[in-house]
Amino acid sequence: MTNPVLVDYLRWIVIAPLCGAAINGLAGAWLQKRFGKHAVTAVALVPIAISFVLALTAFRQLLGLEPEHRFLLDQVSKWIHIGHLKVDMAFWSDPLSSMMTLVITGIGGLIHLYSVGYMSEEPSYWRYFTYLNLFTAAMLTLVLGDSLLTLFVGWEGVGLCSYALIGFWHKEWANASAGSKAFIVNRVGDFGFVLGMFGLFWALDETGQGTLVFRELAERVHLLNGQTIAGMAAATFITLMMFVGATGKSAQIPLYVWLPDAMAGPTPVSALIHAATMVTAGVYMICRLNFLFDMAPTTLHVVAAVGTLTAFFAATIGVAQWDIKKVLAYSTVSQLGFMFLAMGVGAYTTGVFHLFTHAFFKACLFLGSGSVIHALHHEQDMRNMGGLKKYMPITFWTFLLATLALCGIPPFAGFFSKDEILWKAFSSPLGSPVLWAIGTLTAGFTAFYMFRQVFLVFYGDYRGGHAAHGHDAAHAHDAGHGHHGDPHESPSLMTIPLVLLALGSVLVGFLNVPGALGGHHLFDQWLAPVIVKAQVEHGAAAGPGAAAGHGVEAALERGEKDLERGAEALAHDAETFEHGVEHDPWEYILMGVSVSVALGGILLAWLMYRRKSIDPSTFSEAWGGGPYRAVYNKYWVDELYDATVVRGTLALSRLLSTFDRVVVDGLVNGAGWLVRQISVFEGAFDRVVVDGLVNLVGSTSLALGNRARELQTGHIYSYLYAIVIGVVVVMFARLL
Amino acid sequence: MPTNPLTWMIFLPLLGAAVVLCLPRDQHGLIRWVALGFTIPPLLLAWWLYMNFDRTTAKMQFVTKIPWIPSFNIEYFVGIDGLSITMVLLTALISTICIVASWEVDKAPKAYFALFLVLVAAMMGVFCALDFFLFFVFWEVMLLPMYFLIGIWGGPRREYAAIKFFLYTMVGSVLMLIVMLALYFYNEPHTFDLLKLAENQSTYSTTFQYVAWLALFIGFAIKIPAFPFHTWLPDAHVEAPTAISVILAGVLLKMGTYGILRINFPILPQGTLRYAFWLLAALGAWNIVYGALCAMAQKDLKKLIAYSSISHMGYVMFGMASLTAEGIDGAVLQMFNHGTVTAMLFLLVGVIYDRAHHRDIDGFGGLASIMPIYTGWVALAFFAAMGLPGLSAFISEVLVLLGGWRNYPLLTAVAASAVVLTAGYMLWAMQRVWLGKPNEKYLNLPDINPREIAMLVPLGIIVVVLGVYPHAILDLIDTSLQHLNSTVLAAGKAAGAVAAAAPGAVIR
Repeated sequence: MTNPVLVDYLRWIVIAPLCGAAINGLAGAWLQKRFGKHAVTAVALVPIAISFVLALTAFRQLLGLEPEHRFLLDQVSKWIHIGHLKVDMAFWSDPLSSMMTLVITGIGGLIHLYSVGYMSEEPSYWRYFTYLNLFTAAMLTLVLGDSLLTLFVGWEGVGLCSYALIGFWHKEWANASAGSKAFIVNRVGDFGFVLGMFGLFWALDETGQGTLVFRELAERVHLLNGQTIAGMAAATFITLMMFVGATGKSAQIPLYVWLPDAMAGPTPVSALIHAATMVTAGVYMICRLNFLFDMAPTTLHVVAAVGTLTAFFAATIGVAQWDIKKVLAYSTVSQLGFMFLAMGVGAYTTGVFHLFTHAFFKACLFLGSGSVIHALHHEQDMRNMGGLKKYMPITFWTFLLATLALCGIPPFAGFFSKDEILWKAFSSPLGSPVLWAIGTLTAGFTAFYMFRQVFLVFYGDYRGGHAAHGHDAAHAHDAGHGHHGDPHESPSLMTIPLVLLALGSVLVGFLNVPGALGGHHLFDQWLAPVIVKAQVEHGAAAGPGAAAGHGVEAALERGEKDLERGAEALAHDAETFEHGVEHDPWEYILMGVSVSVALGGILLAWLMYRRKSIDPSTFSEAWGGGPYRAVYNKYWVDELYDATVVRGTLALSRLLSTFDRVVVDGLVNGAGWLVRQISVFEGAFDRVVVDGLVNLVGSTSLALGNRARELQTGHIYSYLYAIVIGVVVVMFARLL
Repeated sequence: MPTNPLTWMIFLPLLGAAVVLCLPRDQHGLIRWVALGFTIPPLLLAWWLYMNFDRTTAKMQFVTKIPWIPSFNIEYFVGIDGLSITMVLLTALISTICIVASWEVDKAPKAYFALFLVLVAAMMGVFCALDFFLFFVFWEVMLLPMYFLIGIWGGPRREYAAIKFFLYTMVGSVLMLIVMLALYFYNEPHTFDLLKLAENQSTYSTTFQYVAWLALFIGFAIKIPAFPFHTWLPDAHVEAPTAISVILAGVLLKMGTYGILRINFPILPQGTLRYAFWLLAALGAWNIVYGALCAMAQKDLKKLIAYSSISHMGYVMFGMASLTAEGIDGAVLQMFNHGTVTAMLFLLVGVIYDRAHHRDIDGFGGLASIMPIYTGWVALAFFAAMGLPGLSAFISEVLVLLGGWRNYPLLTAVAASAVVLTAGYMLWAMQRVWLGKPNEKYLNLPDINPREIAMLVPLGIIVVVLGVYPHAILDLIDTSLQHLNSTVLAAGKAAGAVAAAAPGAVIR
């Protein structure tokens, strides 16, 4: 992270889709009416193309630089310079940002294209593309922003777009609720995120070095040593709070509950936002701040534990779902758990690699499910599907390839990324065999529920009726779909993205072939400059990264044992990195085990749903059906939250509101009443005692009183004249 | 003739009131246009001030100082610094918009517009006055037109609300009057000059500062309104006509926090340091959370927004309590942002009230399908109120909370929890009124009309521009506020009173 190369085109990567959103947002309805949907499509797709081309340009420029100098910076303008806080509107691109940008604009572009077909019947087509473009702009801000605050702008921005798109068909109460739920749950995470950000800023400011800019953070983060916040090490507090933010955005325990509901949105949205890009923001954030998380082994343990548990529990829920999208949603939660597991054991690049491969196959799966849903006129229940293989061959084959990738079957993409995570979970000093074991078991569940889905949807006989389904009527937007014949393959606008993504699901794994299989970890090498401590290891020889190295050295001097362990891990990492020849035999053994477990899962699914030699009820009724009911009802977590947090907050709000009305306002009114009673008493005293004495002048005062009352009630003008003329005369007399 | 633009900005509306009073009673159109004609020049002058304001000095600018009642050393003394110019801009803008929002008033428009113009003049005067007596006069003059505007043009319980507002503010005024006179006699020679009063602050005894601070604070807290003096606000809002709600929330509330910054901070710095923790930070955080929770329970849309104002004004108190550059700049920016955002919110409630004649949150449903353009504006205003990045309130809330963390991390955590609560009540209201199945009763409601859009456009532009380029306002205020902040801190150091301010720091 030495001197950045200054450029001035990164901003356009963000601005282009923003313009698309602005044009469609302000004039889209008119464009659509006047020129048809094609105009809206053009306005929406051209900016994404521009962004993609620019993202490629940035990537190529980075490639042309020495690894440790891969860092582009685009300073746009001053944003907030107040006191010690200096945040600019600036975009940067380093290997990590560049990779994310390519995923967002590349896969995002394919999903835009797919949407043209999928949403073709939608009356508010323009509104859909406005949100989609706005989302892309926000997501790009998130990964290109050069400070925590600009990241947070994107972070909240994607939340907004997610809200708008989940509730896109807002006439349905359930959709609107799902949108609100997503936003509010995310805000709980954001609450943690901002506290972490403030803590970080002021802890650094304590030493006169307050900043939120990433490249400065990387250099100054060692200043946190020895500081405490809320009784724990500053780095631990900060990273824990940031991780709370990540659990919100990336749907981890305890804040994952919004993601399954988010499936209420149009399916391409689920693919783009709730699988490929937005939900990975938490993973991105941790990788971006790897130097900070490295200082907090406690946090890393929490991250690994939460990730593993999320992966496992979400996978178990996925086993019992009937909604084609819900299965994929829980699968996404589960796979995100894997990514956090990788983060938690310090294998940042491995986690990001899984993010990368997952983006391909999960987007492909969601779009595939969208293709099915489209063909079946918004049928989502897998019990009403079946046999679609023969009606929709392209969808089937792409879906199958992506499923194999997700299950981690070699040589598909997911194998390379997931297996690497499992290996790191086992071998890293921060890892443990327990994490590996749960991860591997989860992989088995994954293979099972995915193939259960494949068999239910594509094999057997078509179980759907040809008549309009109840679900259909609910979707008013589907009115255009008159023909209810046999299911049919989707138009090429939808199948081309499927094919490309399936191709990616097959191939992208080869970007990071581990040394054990004779590869060179290309992807890890690409990201290596981002991982600050990796620089430390090379630092002795290569020189750069000295600033960051200083931090670690200082920490080592202070005898922080955990850090030492982390450094050791890296030394180990770096070894495997460079001497790819010698390998732990365990690596091959574990690889074999995890692939076998996955194959076992597939076999079980085959026996149960294809060959039908095992009745699913053997499992669903095991142990009195208790476990099945638990997973079928998602462990009642929604109900639990509703009964405690939601109802609790509402009860508190009603209580305070009543308190406000009765007690606070009561006191005010009471004071008023008291004063009036006193005046009544005085009035009575007046009448009885004083009046008796002044009876003589009574009639006169009565007449006067009447006149005064006249003045008070109707004649507001007299007041006005009095005020205005009085003030005007007095003041102007002085001024003129 | 006076050449100071501030003098024109104060007295043109007053002159306008006099002119309106001379117009024939039934010429409604003429009255409206004349009223508008007298608010537009101050708006142009405000723009001129904005362009010509020197951002590099903390000194008072555009100063006019003329003896008014020489026997008591009372002066017509006006001038602005970074703190006041933002309020002057806000007043000029919001009052013009409110005239447009009052276009359809058909009950005694002559009196209405005359009173309104008097109100505008008084508010402008409060923000420009640098003589405590003059400040007090304007403060009191503002009261009367407001009383009538709520009491005559308001809803069913208008008299109750108007009297409550009036009496409440009077209580504050009495306390302010006492402190004013005390300060006057404390100084030798006797003076009401706010700048001189601030210069001499080191001569005031600590006890005097504490007592005077508290008395003034109560007066200003009523206006903010801070818990527990806030209950007049929801009543006033519910009864007031739309334009009056807009001016009430948009400008009037800021007089409270403005007063604290203009008078309590520089003149009574020991008091400020003594009470910053409990009465500004803790009470501010409580305001934020309490207002948000109360808003959640409301059934009347306007009442919900009134409580959200209480919550958002809490940020202003919290920010100024931090005594950091970030916090205090954030506080004043929040005053401006709340003025624009809440004005939008009340205008938008007015739009639906004009059509459906009620504001019951559960009585609508699905308006997004019936009035799409209107809903777009609502979404903008709601998300601005939620502090979404890219919009103005995000910057000020982040600055306030960031600054707050410096000295009060625990309270910041409490205050920041409102990001969840705010999203909660805003989105829940959004969902019940605008989303879901369209309500059969309202299928024929017309969408927002051009006049209504015209009121919202300038506010919408400001909300977006300040989100992207907050320095448009921050540059104006920063120099003055840093000067003010360092005065307070220096006074504390001089008197060794930092220890007294420490309760906040202890938590750290």
